[in-house]
Amino acid sequence: MTMMTGAQIFVESLLRENVEYLFGIPGGVVIPVFDALFDSPLKVILTRHEQGATHAADGYARATGKVGVCLVTSGPGACNTVTGLATANMDSIPIVVFTGQVPTPMIGNDAFQESDIVGITRPITKHNFLVRNARDLARIIKEAFYIASTGRPGPVLVDLPKDVAVTETEYVPVSEVTIRGYKPVLDGHVKQIKKAAELINASKKAVIYAGGGVILAGAAKELVQLAHKTRLPVTTSLLGLGGFPADDKLFLGMPGMHGTRFANYALSECDLIVAVGTRFDDRVTGNIKEFAVHAKIIHIDVDPTAISKNVRVDVPIVGDAANILAKLIPLVTRTDNGNWLKQIEDWKAQYPLTYKDSDKEIKPQYVVEQIYEATKGEAIITTEVGQNQMWAAHYYKFKSPRSFLSSGGLGTMGYGLPAAIGAQLGRPDKVVFDIAGDGSIQMNIQELATAVHNRLPINVAILNNHFLGMVRQWQELFHNRRYSSTCLLNNPDFVKIAEAYGAKGMRIRKKKDVRPAIEEAIKTPLPVILDFEVAREENVYPMVPVGAGIHQMIGGLA
Amino acid sequence: MKHTISVLVENQFGVLARISGLFSGRGFNIDSLSVGETEDPTVSRITLVVKGDDMIIEQVIKQLNRLVDVIKVSDLTKDDFIDSELALIKIPCDGKTRSEIMQIVDIYRGRIVDVALRSLTVELSGSEENVRGIMDLLQEFGKLEVVRSGKIAISRDRKNTRGNNHK
Repeated sequence: MTMMTGAQIFVESLLRENVEYLFGIPGGVVIPVFDALFDSPLKVILTRHEQGATHAADGYARATGKVGVCLVTSGPGACNTVTGLATANMDSIPIVVFTGQVPTPMIGNDAFQESDIVGITRPITKHNFLVRNARDLARIIKEAFYIASTGRPGPVLVDLPKDVAVTETEYVPVSEVTIRGYKPVLDGHVKQIKKAAELINASKKAVIYAGGGVILAGAAKELVQLAHKTRLPVTTSLLGLGGFPADDKLFLGMPGMHGTRFANYALSECDLIVAVGTRFDDRVTGNIKEFAVHAKIIHIDVDPTAISKNVRVDVPIVGDAANILAKLIPLVTRTDNGNWLKQIEDWKAQYPLTYKDSDKEIKPQYVVEQIYEATKGEAIITTEVGQNQMWAAHYYKFKSPRSFLSSGGLGTMGYGLPAAIGAQLGRPDKVVFDIAGDGSIQMNIQELATAVHNRLPINVAILNNHFLGMVRQWQELFHNRRYSSTCLLNNPDFVKIAEAYGAKGMRIRKKKDVRPAIEEAIKTPLPVILDFEVAREENVYPMVPVGAGIHQMIGGLA
Repeated sequence: MKHTISVLVENQFGVLARISGLFSGRGFNIDSLSVGETEDPTVSRITLVVKGDDMIIEQVIKQLNRLVDVIKVSDLTKDDFIDSELALIKIPCDGKTRSEIMQIVDIYRGRIVDVALRSLTVELSGSEENVRGIMDLLQEFGKLEVVRSGKIAISRDRKNTRGNNHK
């Protein structure tokens, strides 16, 4: 019989889950846990804010496909994880967040640094636990990792009272999970798959619309096989970028509010949508009444709640995308869609994704293109949220899964820098760039200290237009250029900030300096901030105004 | 349309909050909700009555199923089921009205559980319509004080709403 404290069981359980890194910050009630970690082979990455810790764990999970792990203290530490949990929840990212809690006899008494974090995070986690007894800890940790990483992945929170961490109990390792209320369906209904194949084979103008689920399920290879065999064009949502190679002839780019014209026209005119691992977000569909009015819809998703939530679906198939696509591929044939592909080629030629370049000022799109070329499209790109995110999505051609990490569902500014830290730790072989705005980089800029301390060669490219750019764009287009609270004229000197943290800073004002600066940053073995002074009032185009159908785009014409 | 939904859940703290949170987070109202332990003490059964069109109810059921602590969800409305609720009704009365009230209670198969100088308290179990019916009649005698348990329901005959074949 092995006796262990809760903290020791915690360490042992994490080692059994093959955890490499824990992101977090200590505090009063988790001192015993950090004490147990001190002698363990687990590496703790001390961030400067708990939000940074959760985003770093999220970035690690997105880049590697493993579960990201956080450990923070109770009360304020726990509350600071809320944005990171909500971000991971909206994008279905597997992370497990451990929060310290006051001792069980004090729970509910408004003890110092107490918060009901299980209550607070109930709607923004896949599941959460309060451990009330050290005997339950090994089982709960096993279940937490299992729930986070299976079915539709998502964040799980485990609240760990201090007395549980210090109590000695018998340690019984747990290797199997049985939860009677949790049995994800992975196989897909054979009849439905057959029905889907029949619809695909009979279609003349079909489109595949893939989302982040393709990447989460590891179904990118099957997606390419399906598209090539049937000759169906493919559009991927923001989170699906990298799920289908952007340099493939059948790729249409991203649909929706800032989608390409050809993707939006294709979805509007098609006779069949084969949706895989995506949830028909309102940023993709635009006005739902006008969305794909001529199309039948096949929807493959591991989460039944995603199906028929926003659009009516003709053939629902619940299950794992890789699994279902593998069963679907033998049943499909090359479709008779020559005219359709010709139509799409014409749209591509007529309405390419483009911007007006300039030699007088640096265009943000140009910066992204140069990052793409300098890294040969093989970097991991994280983004903040806003114009920087959309330009990254448009002008970096993502070739492989897990190369584009961005907060899609929640739209979390401040995500990119900590996510880059997690990604670089998980994939030390990769060049990592955070494409940022001057507004959003300031939301978690303190994590530069984390990057410097761990000597992570991440690169932050700030597309600095001295505005909260996307909101400014809306104000320009829909509020008569009344720039209410979007002007950031008192930005700090980002080069000096970088230097103050011990990173390298570069300011780039001329177009000719853009590429050399990027090359130099890639070679530098330290974190680098590249402060690009870009055109101030550049807009992201095309754009679907709110409330319009996705075929009703404005701007972006050559 | 009103739906009566039966939900089998793990009998542990926080489960009810998860269920009710699903509804409040979407701005839906729950018409009635009742909870109690089942024949298996590790399992509780929740009976929910909610209003909504087919799309809303489909989402409600899927979202309930998605919760880790939920073992099985059945929409009883689709088939035959038996339902009942309990109500305690206090009615103002005096010597003149007492016997008239007692007659009404008798017709509705209620049971007088307390008699005071200026009031009567009736216990009544039955369908929602039954409870509503007696309340409408008794209102004639003054302002009522009513406590209702919320509906409990069970499917008729052999239809299985237990959790042994998983959801």
